[in-house]
Amino acid sequence: MIRALVALLLLSLSLPLAAQQNMPPAPYAYRQLDDPAQEAAAQDLMETLRCLKCQSQSIADSDAPMAGDMRHQVRLRIAAGEDPEAIRAWLMQRYGDYVSYKPEVSATTWPLFAVPLLLVLVAGALLLRRLRRRA
Amino acid sequence: MSWRLWLPLLAFAGFLGLAAYQLTQPKDEFVESRMIGQELPYFDLPPAMEGVEGASSASFADGKPRLLNIWASWCLPCIAEAPQLESLKRQGAEIVGIAIRDRPADVGRFLAQNGNPYARIARDDLSEVQLAIGSSGVPETFVIDGKGVIRYQHIGDIRADDVPVLLEKLEEAR
Repeated sequence: MIRALVALLLLSLSLPLAAQQNMPPAPYAYRQLDDPAQEAAAQDLMETLRCLKCQSQSIADSDAPMAGDMRHQVRLRIAAGEDPEAIRAWLMQRYGDYVSYKPEVSATTWPLFAVPLLLVLVAGALLLRRLRRRA
Repeated sequence: MSWRLWLPLLAFAGFLGLAAYQLTQPKDEFVESRMIGQELPYFDLPPAMEGVEGASSASFADGKPRLLNIWASWCLPCIAEAPQLESLKRQGAEIVGIAIRDRPADVGRFLAQNGNPYARIARDDLSEVQLAIGSSGVPETFVIDGKGVIRYQHIGDIRADDVPVLLEKLEEAR
């Protein structure tokens, strides 16, 4: 009896979840553009855009329906002649740095670029001092 | 032996400590829209099923503040927030629904089961409006003022204690 109830409960949970996949994917979610150069530009861009539903994947990597809708939009805009960086800017205007995987120097990220440089300089200075002392 | 020899190890231990601390901090999974304070981008969407009206950006710019609810019949938390939407409607909020990647039959079944708090329900089959307003999931609820400017974003299902907050934001948007 309890087993039947649990099964029923699980079934009722799985129905709406399955429905998310019932809609056909957006036309250009899985279809490449006919022009290979445009498709390459779209692919390059999609690999550096973050999927919002599955936050550790690029939209090129993700099978989430929302990522498919984003790919559709990227491909259509590129086919219409829009510049990839303009599409990235459009998305960043809506979702912030979050949506882009492309490293960018900004008010919050500059230490990531500055600290390694600083460490190399310190290491160089230490090495120089030691070599001089030995000589 | 000079005490300075320990400095690199100390620095490394400090780094480990920082990393360990950050790992224990709860991660904010929400991606907030940067469109707050911006006008609704242009859109014109067809109705999500027979017998309801679709929605456009123009339908928001008539002087009356509204809630824009991004939802879908396949979304489980949307069932949980249905009573709160009903309560918002009872307290005078006008709610416009945008159904994401949904079929008319499914929309109809959802509304029959969970009630229909919407003044209009539009269908967004390609998540176009969702992307244009910086929404990253369902359900999400936006407060749009009478000029069609996005004023507030609520991410996730509306709980009972979010209802007064949304009513207040609607009042502020007047």
